[in-house]
Amino acid sequence: MSALLDLADIAPAFPDPTRGSQAVFRKVMEAMARPGVIHDLGFAPDAPQGLDRAAGAVALTLFDFETRIWLDPSLRGGLAEGWIRFHCGPPLTQDPMAAAFALVTDLASAPPVAAFNMGDAKYPDRSTTLVIQLPSLEGGPQVVLTGPGIKTEMPLSLAGLPDGFWAQVQANHEQFQFGVDFIFVAGDRVTALPRSTRITIKGD
Amino acid sequence: MTARPNEPERYYNYAYLDEQTKRMIRRAILKALAIPGYQAPFGSREMPVPYGWGTGGIQLTAAIIGPDDVYKCIDQGADDTTNAVSIRRFFAQVADVATTEETAEATIIQTRHRIPEKGLTEGQVLVFQVPQPEPLRGLEARETETRAMHAYEEYGLQYVSLYESVAAHGYIASTVGYPTMIEERYLMSPSPIPKFDNPKLGQNPAILLFGAGREKRIYAVPPYTNVRSLDFEDHPFETQTWEEDCALCGAQESYLDEVVLDDSGERMFVCSDSNFCAERRAAGHAGPMAGHQLAALDKEPA
Amino acid sequence: MAYVAVKGGERAITNAHRWLAEDRRGDVAIPEIETDQIREQLSLSVDRVMSEGSCYDRDLAALAVKQARGDLPEAIFLTRAYRTTLPRFGASLPLETGQMAVRRRISAAFKDIPGGQVLGPTFDYTHRLLDFTLAANGETPVEGALEAEEAQAYPMATIASVFAHEDLLEPDTQTDGAPAPFDLTREPMAFPAGRDQRLQALARGDEGFLLSLAYSSQRGWGSTHPLCAEIRLGEVAVEFIPDELGFAIEIGDLTLTECQMISTYGGGVDTAPQFARGYGLTFGHCERKAMSMAIVDRALRDAAAGEASAPCQDEEFVLYHSDNVEASGFVQHLKLPHYVDFQADLQLIRRQRRDYAERAAAMKEAAE
Repeated sequence: MSALLDLADIAPAFPDPTRGSQAVFRKVMEAMARPGVIHDLGFAPDAPQGLDRAAGAVALTLFDFETRIWLDPSLRGGLAEGWIRFHCGPPLTQDPMAAAFALVTDLASAPPVAAFNMGDAKYPDRSTTLVIQLPSLEGGPQVVLTGPGIKTEMPLSLAGLPDGFWAQVQANHEQFQFGVDFIFVAGDRVTALPRSTRITIKGD
Repeated sequence: MTARPNEPERYYNYAYLDEQTKRMIRRAILKALAIPGYQAPFGSREMPVPYGWGTGGIQLTAAIIGPDDVYKCIDQGADDTTNAVSIRRFFAQVADVATTEETAEATIIQTRHRIPEKGLTEGQVLVFQVPQPEPLRGLEARETETRAMHAYEEYGLQYVSLYESVAAHGYIASTVGYPTMIEERYLMSPSPIPKFDNPKLGQNPAILLFGAGREKRIYAVPPYTNVRSLDFEDHPFETQTWEEDCALCGAQESYLDEVVLDDSGERMFVCSDSNFCAERRAAGHAGPMAGHQLAALDKEPA
Repeated sequence: MAYVAVKGGERAITNAHRWLAEDRRGDVAIPEIETDQIREQLSLSVDRVMSEGSCYDRDLAALAVKQARGDLPEAIFLTRAYRTTLPRFGASLPLETGQMAVRRRISAAFKDIPGGQVLGPTFDYTHRLLDFTLAANGETPVEGALEAEEAQAYPMATIASVFAHEDLLEPDTQTDGAPAPFDLTREPMAFPAGRDQRLQALARGDEGFLLSLAYSSQRGWGSTHPLCAEIRLGEVAVEFIPDELGFAIEIGDLTLTECQMISTYGGGVDTAPQFARGYGLTFGHCERKAMSMAIVDRALRDAAAGEASAPCQDEEFVLYHSDNVEASGFVQHLKLPHYVDFQADLQLIRRQRRDYAERAAAMKEAAE
């Protein structure tokens, strides 16, 4: 885990970290407050191979030495891991239960949602936040979101989800106050799905 | 709107807090939004103003604010109360942010004890300063006990307390910090706002963030969230009303402050929301004492 | 008379600050006090500010005392608010107080102990008679303390080492690979509190509050019958391992006051009866605080073992209320405007008085 970093390979992060992370956070906060609304993070810097710009922006904004990170196996040991370690300095873990954040780029082969930390009864905030990179936040089969943050209802058509994923998200919601929370990223864009959101699958 | 000042030489980081502290607070905000009404602990820092002066609200604002924001700060509903002036000045200085007294113009509104009269909109964030985040604290002093009550949704104590109030007085004798139920799961203190403001908490288009610095808790009500003020079928929730209208602007449906005029019982009632009142007067509304010197004071440079 | 409603404003605040500065300065005919005078001559104020301010910097503490006009909780607050903005480079190795260069060391448990009783600079046996020569102008002649004829033993034996051969005293335990200690300046209080969290809270805690709690314990409210096994005052080296070196280097000395209170523990199924310890540690010379802290620590250990619950043994009560920056803020915030709340209270009490009058009238009518 603590292999030395080759600094020559590390790409730069925010030119102005204070301003950059503030701007990204406001979008992510809006996303978590209004589930399913899609925001643009096109102003963020390029991320290294394996990570989209939005995924990199979320990592730079939320990860640091106080957050234990589960990295997708496909990112481990690569440029993306080096970039995150250099710019954020988080401890890495391979135990989904120990992760404050999971950065998932290959959802089909990732552990099931329920394998991550659901928080505990007194401290449900100690649960994992899953940052999931998808091919697109639009164009997939539509589900309908309702709940806090949504005035009436909100359609969402994430693309590239493996079969049965929405059932896992529904099960996650059913356990409220326990549960993980999701930040979905694709390209320059981000949206979020807190555990409080109810999901209706079309045809259900 | 007051334009932001030129960037001065900085001895402190932008918005005062260091970046690591901001990240810690930002992570707590996200969890608070994901679990509406739940009090998320956070590593509250010592601030350059005393605990009780809004350190929780200031930390929330510092963690979210950027130079493109327009910042408004009110205390008791008014922009011109001393502490509101002081906090507004702080952020104008440390965050190069434009400030305003106009509710509609602000992107971040920090408040103590009130929700503005004018409806908020999407894109606005209302930051509450919270002295005591625990709604059950008056009934149970121990954090270890109240945390368990929230964990297992055991709110009987709160209902017993309301019932006892009904038994003693014939109604629920609660005035500020009236307990609310968020999405039928978490009991939440709305902070010491008068119960007059409770109906504005639910289905609000804005994001509501609550910060308790001394008690080290952050909680949130996302937009369009169900918020119920506790009551009984035969004793429904009711808000404060006044027989008087605002003496300055004639408003009939705003929260009024009582201003004592002399030693013999003379008093006037005026809007607690100074911006709401000023805008009404500017639009030509007048109350019975429209010419009173209090009305002139909103022109004082703040 | 008519009241003028005063609205706050920038002018009012600015003017208040000017007035405050004038009051701080006092009579300008008197020379302004220098921070190095405070550092050298009000050193116990400086020590308290460093201790409760959680920041070891004598010059900074002296500045805080000056700026706060001698109000120590205010000076502690200034120090804390500055400290919180400082970057942290890492954690030092645990301090070895056994290796202290001792200036004062006494034990009330033994008439003599290895290393001897060293009184050092103490008020203990002064007669509290105001020394009017200090009030006279000019320097008071000071007779220097005499040098000891024999060099003091170094390192000076600790109370733990004195007891070591007999197993009478609860031993020092050191946990290899222990997790980093809890840090209240980074994370909120959690319960049940570990001893690391408790000791940090007490070390930052208000001297007056801890003194009163310790006193209450002695008077019987959760008494542990403590005995002062050792107090030591002196300088301890701070060692730090920089990442780039990989070995420990000394980066400076701290003046510390350490107190070990002991009291009998009757033993349990797995443990023989022995003396249990309460621990107190402060920056600088804060003996009253260190002793109070040790007594309260000892009392809280009973609570952790599920025994009795006097105020000083109630972990939540003690730890949540010991911080004077928090306490002072919350008590004093009551002077901020509360007129929205008060208007709500006024409405309620008027309604209740109307109800009361109606009930009284109805009862009177019924009685007639």
